[in-house]
Amino acid sequence: MSVTWTARNIADHVRAKKLSAQAVLQSFLERQEKWEPKIQSFLVRTRDQALVQARQIDERVTRGEPVGPLAGVPIAIKDNMCVQGLKTTCASKILESFVAPYDATVIRRLREADAVLVGKTNMDEFAMGSSTENSAFQTTRNPWNTDCIPGGSSGGSAAAVAARLAAAALGSDTGGSIRQPAACCGVVGLKPTYGLVSRYGLVAFASSLDQIGPFTWNVGDAALILQVIAGHDPLDSTSVDRPVPHYTNALTGSVKGLRIGLPDEYFVKGLDPEVERAVLESVRVFESLGATVQKISLPHTEYAVAVYYILAPSEASANLARYDGVRYGHRSGNAKNLLEQYELSRQEGFGSEVKRRIMLGTYALSAGYYDAYYLKAQKVRTLIQRDFDSAFKQVDVILTPTAPTPAFRLGEKSGDPLQMYLSDIFTISCNMAGLPGLSMPCGFSSAGLPIGLQLMGRPFEEETVLNAAHSYEQATSWVREPTLS
Amino acid sequence: MPLSDKDVAHAARLARLALGDEERRLYRDQLERILGYIAKLNELDTAGVPPTSHVVPMANVWREDDPAPAFDTEKILSNAPERDGAYFKVPKVIE
Repeated sequence: MSVTWTARNIADHVRAKKLSAQAVLQSFLERQEKWEPKIQSFLVRTRDQALVQARQIDERVTRGEPVGPLAGVPIAIKDNMCVQGLKTTCASKILESFVAPYDATVIRRLREADAVLVGKTNMDEFAMGSSTENSAFQTTRNPWNTDCIPGGSSGGSAAAVAARLAAAALGSDTGGSIRQPAACCGVVGLKPTYGLVSRYGLVAFASSLDQIGPFTWNVGDAALILQVIAGHDPLDSTSVDRPVPHYTNALTGSVKGLRIGLPDEYFVKGLDPEVERAVLESVRVFESLGATVQKISLPHTEYAVAVYYILAPSEASANLARYDGVRYGHRSGNAKNLLEQYELSRQEGFGSEVKRRIMLGTYALSAGYYDAYYLKAQKVRTLIQRDFDSAFKQVDVILTPTAPTPAFRLGEKSGDPLQMYLSDIFTISCNMAGLPGLSMPCGFSSAGLPIGLQLMGRPFEEETVLNAAHSYEQATSWVREPTLS
Repeated sequence: MPLSDKDVAHAARLARLALGDEERRLYRDQLERILGYIAKLNELDTAGVPPTSHVVPMANVWREDDPAPAFDTEKILSNAPERDGAYFKVPKVIE
């Protein structure tokens, strides 16, 4: 086999006894040995557990027992999801020694589907960031150019899939943290509809926005993994109880009659001309395939970043209050009383971006400011949602660039929080409205960096988004492997 | 809107963060800038617009109150920085 095989291909071969899960794993492990020191996408690799898992799958295949839809597929997990017995650090010093006592629901489902877990990936601390530079532990590099960021916050997962150190990965997306790194690394990244995938065992950042989704080599694999992880979970009261469609069957490859909307507000000053060209070229491809394209307006787009930087930090300041050094996580050795223990443990354990957001959220929620900031932002969130409601009366999917530029250089924006925040300008609205959003490669810059296009659909209409993406993928050839050196 | 050192110190206390002086100044300047950007929300008239806290059209989610096994005490305590038997241990609360 080649490591550029899709997850689908691997699972089909393992099930058909044409290839052993152990042989598959070996190829990926060899590749990790060679390239991981350069890319630094993993915080921990689980070679030994993976070998056991792969052997057990092979034994079951040999015995003629049924195996799952992801049989033998090596998958990497963002380090904010609990895998029993493994550290779950969120790339934070405050959780540096935390060992998860249980499996997240998505992990349980991956295991039941016979995926092989190969490790936990690097991320921006507590998923706060757009470059993975906010990790307390290491700097992940973009496989297409190791001087560039892999995007964030799920940068380790994106880089691992792009460099083929895993066949697929899971990430989480609060304001673009799956789609933006997918765009930066030239892979497919899907943020499902809010409520479609259980978040039990995902470390909470902003609970009204967080959602788990896959990074994959192609669109078919995104459908395959979504099929496994989607569905109601009684352990997550925000997971929606509705039947899960058959996503892989929805990939017909035809977009005849599909109505695509291009929002004026996403093609504005600040959009890199090469990104604009690639995205508009993709529009022509869709038209040639029989889709109709029309301009639409999402008038409140320009307010999305401002809304996000009230709502997400406010929710985060509440969610992160649990890290107090009492039950788990870092405890300061310098405290003389309980209050000092809280203040010093948190001061020592959190990195600067996390503290900045806790401060921002605490301030916005504090007495006298709640109406001016939090309530105001929630109202504008309604306006953003209404923009989408009316747009989706005219069109079936909305097509935009995923990010305003290709991957920027390491260090380029790390000193300026507001500039960093603005790199999520095209991905945030989707979370505000809880929509499914997918990023996929649609070209390369003159510097050889991948460019991503984003497709958004109506809530719970992943089938439409995936089929549109699949059709485009079939008609083009942007799924490429970076040349590592 | 200018932020005072007092505002920042107050938020830090509420957030239980023992910020250093330099950090407090840095966050004051950065938060001021970020809140300045956020002030663009005031361009919008939101009178009569209901707030959205959650996008999923679900209200109360009920389940049967069935007894079921909970996490094992040892498992829960396994990450404790300091423990005393089946308790989490903390510094003295009242002098």
